[in-house]
Amino acid sequence: MALNLAEELSSITTKATASDWRAAIRLAGDGLVAGGVTTDDYTDEMIAAVEEHGPYIVIAPGIALAHARPAESVLKGGLSWVSLKTPVEFGHSSNDPVTLVIGLAALNHTAHIEVLKAVAGVLSNKEARAQLEAATTDSEVRAILSSLATE
Amino acid sequence: MKIFAVCGMGIGTSVLLKMNAEKVLTSLGIDADVEAADIGVARGAAQAADIVLTSDELAPEIGDVPARVIIIDNFFDLDEITEKLTEAVQ
Repeated sequence: MALNLAEELSSITTKATASDWRAAIRLAGDGLVAGGVTTDDYTDEMIAAVEEHGPYIVIAPGIALAHARPAESVLKGGLSWVSLKTPVEFGHSSNDPVTLVIGLAALNHTAHIEVLKAVAGVLSNKEARAQLEAATTDSEVRAILSSLATE
Repeated sequence: MKIFAVCGMGIGTSVLLKMNAEKVLTSLGIDADVEAADIGVARGAAQAADIVLTSDELAPEIGDVPARVIIIDNFFDLDEITEKLTEAVQ
């Protein structure tokens, strides 16, 4: 595998509590803000994207890839990771409920493709995903991701 | 063959879908050009596409296009993408 996602993630929150999908996206947005990746406006833009286009960001069972367009609210490219203690309904026709929210910010349409490849590689691996979702600390998630990257 | 992978913003889900569709097309031995696009671009560009890949939520927004619109539920599931693309190109 090419990239070590542990080095790409600006923030990891495990077993977080979110009352609804907006709160879940806000947690991912807060992670991006904490990592200096985006401003608070980007969090609102990620929520607005779902309000406009529906919950299509729930790209696989249990996984939401929260993101908005490259904009002034994006300071640099980055990713945040939020695993949820209690699954949250996003209103998706087949992939609800969500247990993992990945926040994605990109400066343009191509810079983050390697990162997305790494995300897809990790999350399409069922065994790795189960381990990652069971992880209860930031360092545990990072350790699993790093071990996957060296495989 | 021209295929568009479409999402709301054109940076996240459509890029993932494009990557996995390319993997599947290569393994099926189908020569196709896959492009990621946001919904606004897709409405215009889809006129020139043979196939549009997107999600259930976005399909109605693409509107009436000559391209075949395929709905993918799980963007990480290569089996699902393989099955639906195979059916579409036959």
